[in-house]
Amino acid sequence: MATDVLGAPVKRVEDPRFISGKGRYLDDIKLPGMAHLAILRSPYAHANIRSIDTSAAKAAPGVVAVITGADIPYNPLPMAWPAGGASGIQNNVNTPRALATDSVKWTGEGVAAVVAETAAQAVDALELIQVEWEPLPAVTDAEKALADGAPQLHENAPNNRVFDWQVGDRAATDAAFAGAEVVVSQRLVNHRLIPNPMEVRGDIGWYNPGTDEYTIWMSSQTPHIQRLLLAAFVMGVPEQKIRCISPDVGGAFGSKIYCYADMALSLFASRLVGGRPVKWVETRRESFGSTIHGRDHITYVDVAATRQGEVKGLRVRTLANLGGRLSTIGPGIPTTLYGRILSGPYKIPAVHCEVTGVYTNTTFVDAYRGAGRPEATYVVERAMDLVADELGIDPAEVRRRNFLPPDAFPYDNPSGLLTAVNGSKLYIDSGNYEPAMDKALAMAGYADMAARKAEARARGKLLGVGLSTYIEVCGVAPSKWIGAVGEGWGAAMWESSNIKVHLTGKVVVTMGTQPQGQGHETTFAQIVSHELGVPMEDIVVQHSDTQGTPFGYGSYGSRTSNVGTGAAVKAAAKIRDKARRYAAHMLEANVDDIEVEGAEYRVKGSPDKKKTLQEIAFALDLAFDTPPGMEPYLDETAYHDTDNCTFPFGTHIAVVEVDEETGNTELVRYVAVDDVGKKINPMIVDGQLHGGIAQGVGQALWEEAVYDDDGQLLSGSLLDYALPRAEWLPSFELDETVTPSPVNPLGVKGVGEAGCIASTAAVANAVNDALSPLGIRHLDMPFTAQKVWSAIQSAKGGQA
Amino acid sequence: MAELHVALEVNGEHREVDVEPRTLLVTMLREDLELTGTHVGCDTSQCGACTVHVDGRAVKSCTVLAAQADGTSVTTIEGLGQVGSLHPIQQAFWDKHGLQCGFCTPGMIMAAADLVARNPDPSEAEIRHAIAGNICRCTGYHNIVAAVREAAAVMRGAAASA
Repeated sequence: MATDVLGAPVKRVEDPRFISGKGRYLDDIKLPGMAHLAILRSPYAHANIRSIDTSAAKAAPGVVAVITGADIPYNPLPMAWPAGGASGIQNNVNTPRALATDSVKWTGEGVAAVVAETAAQAVDALELIQVEWEPLPAVTDAEKALADGAPQLHENAPNNRVFDWQVGDRAATDAAFAGAEVVVSQRLVNHRLIPNPMEVRGDIGWYNPGTDEYTIWMSSQTPHIQRLLLAAFVMGVPEQKIRCISPDVGGAFGSKIYCYADMALSLFASRLVGGRPVKWVETRRESFGSTIHGRDHITYVDVAATRQGEVKGLRVRTLANLGGRLSTIGPGIPTTLYGRILSGPYKIPAVHCEVTGVYTNTTFVDAYRGAGRPEATYVVERAMDLVADELGIDPAEVRRRNFLPPDAFPYDNPSGLLTAVNGSKLYIDSGNYEPAMDKALAMAGYADMAARKAEARARGKLLGVGLSTYIEVCGVAPSKWIGAVGEGWGAAMWESSNIKVHLTGKVVVTMGTQPQGQGHETTFAQIVSHELGVPMEDIVVQHSDTQGTPFGYGSYGSRTSNVGTGAAVKAAAKIRDKARRYAAHMLEANVDDIEVEGAEYRVKGSPDKKKTLQEIAFALDLAFDTPPGMEPYLDETAYHDTDNCTFPFGTHIAVVEVDEETGNTELVRYVAVDDVGKKINPMIVDGQLHGGIAQGVGQALWEEAVYDDDGQLLSGSLLDYALPRAEWLPSFELDETVTPSPVNPLGVKGVGEAGCIASTAAVANAVNDALSPLGIRHLDMPFTAQKVWSAIQSAKGGQA
Repeated sequence: MAELHVALEVNGEHREVDVEPRTLLVTMLREDLELTGTHVGCDTSQCGACTVHVDGRAVKSCTVLAAQADGTSVTTIEGLGQVGSLHPIQQAFWDKHGLQCGFCTPGMIMAAADLVARNPDPSEAEIRHAIAGNICRCTGYHNIVAAVREAAAVMRGAAASA
């Protein structure tokens, strides 16, 4: 019998190809006759296009075609998630076209393209395209964009408003503030980030005139969704005529969920040039303007509390900068995925949140790792520290006084935060917050921090410690909650799995999910091995091609562990059920008398009468002898729609040292205790946490998208945008508590975003703690040396 | 554009290629020699995904013209080790979960192999310094550091028993 590998730190089956240079990423693919596409992008953040002269470019060496927006008959890209969903609030929607036609709204929007024999020739020819521009005034900041007299981006969006959305209980919140013993208020900037997976995006579009079919290889988290969107909304091509393939994807972090202009453009280009495959791969600098950005909130938060630090009300007003046009689900992120978890792990009786979406002359903004939840966690975790600071109570103690107790679950937020507009409810499924915090406090030596601060100060360092007691929401949501009559994403959120047991007894699992480094080929093989008793080496997990995998919604929102595993477990149960029925036939027994252990199907009380799954598959796949009504073959597909989200939680603690002389901040320790329920593969879970923590630390300390007032992206290359480096980070100290989720059949929750959701707030709280002896109450991220040094200087000047 | 003739050794084999003068070493490796294990992650020599060995030293192959590699000996990830005969660094990245999406991995492994060749017993700080020019967005570097330490220990053990 196969060893049970569920929960074991199994080495990844993906890795041999990646460590030996045999991965197959988009740019590694070469097709016969392939031409290359390059895109001319706007140098202006806001301008009208008066004319485009492509004649010189068309005559350049190697050029096959030059394309402008006027050539392309496709519709604008879809926007699939309006804020407010079925509540019917106004969303003033403007989305990109394959190429801009009349005007551009940010630096980097595509306006023309060249198809050439080589990639270099395509880039050379771009320089020969003459665009007559009419530059317009630009605005990049959400508050300035809403102000009177600001440059207007779109006729249908007065004052650059995309939407005004709200959630929670306004009356109860007003009442909580009216009677509050203490009110703490703060303006918080959650600055703009640029995702930067190490593999940039790209496409190879191929139109086959012989079949009238379109195939596109894309570095995407969502090949099935892209097929649907390109067919139904953009190209007007029947869905069965489009095939989408994601080869190995070199990281994504949300940035590869969406329907991008280049996808439609590369398919159009291939058709235009007679069916030659056309490859486009963005350069890194191009990526800074052509792939989505994340975050970019300005938030005003008010907290009503008692003098004992019990939070009674939370009022949040957020401006969400969504860029020059809307990305595929841009409005959904700062609304549903943000406002609805603003109370975190706390029992806050009254919450109200208003969000205004804003157009600015910047790259479009959409989900980036955590997607709304890091922003919400940042607000509530900074709020807890500000309450602690105001009242002189330890931040850990304030959290302890506000945690939902372990008997509160399933928890229905009283302000209706988790109730969709159609009344459908989510519940926080499970939680036990204090043990995780206590374990983290012990690991970090929290009780000794005062002595360590004194010791550091003697060395010229300001030591700070910061907590983040976060919750995560995995799964995005059940279809009925988020669907057309609910929160408004025009799509379901179930997931799919097909399992085939071939005649040789080998197992092929195909999934609708789409990995980008998470190790699905390993973890789903572990699950199916556990469910069917087949050794992992006899199982292959396939994904990423709309031809040959069941429709699925892809991987993001930490949904694969919750929803995808449910589909795989169900498909395996169907296989077991059919195998059991056929075993009864083979063994001439009643099906109720067949017991299953691993891959063995035995007659109860007659242990010698048994068949293995392999024997059953062999006979049933041959089908020489099947009972009436039974179809040949062990081949089952299952679709799983989760009833609820899963809610991982934990406590992260950052310890920083700020150099009082230079303002440089060093992360000296990082402790994380996470509860992600049962783990499919603890090694992979730790890896997800490590990477998420580093990304969140990156936001707090180094990463920032910076625009000048004209809309030029000053942090527009990896020379200027500071991604975390090995030298800047410590090793991380991880531990766990385990509270299995009642939602998922295996008790797993999900872990893809937890690290990133928790760590930004932990580091921000640590730096603010470090600076508090100087009288600094709050400093916005990122804590660059220049910013911290300036704050220290002005604080000291103020004291003098 | 007149092409240049480049003759060099790649992964132990003599290769000759005619390239445009502006061709980068990484482009020649990927496009002309079809060694796609070496990746391009940026255009400012920041990310290190393109790291290969030139005459035994780690070099970002996007910073070198193909013409400059004329007469040299280049080792790419494909030449470092293959499945069945993995280099200890490759093996340790697998054993210690030192990769996720795998895109930075070839360059990271080549940088680490260069470090361990020069410094058989690197400290954590020395490892972090040595790979500071290679960006990984997935792992937070934690398991990469663990993998390099493990590989160095394995290689020291092999050297001691040789």
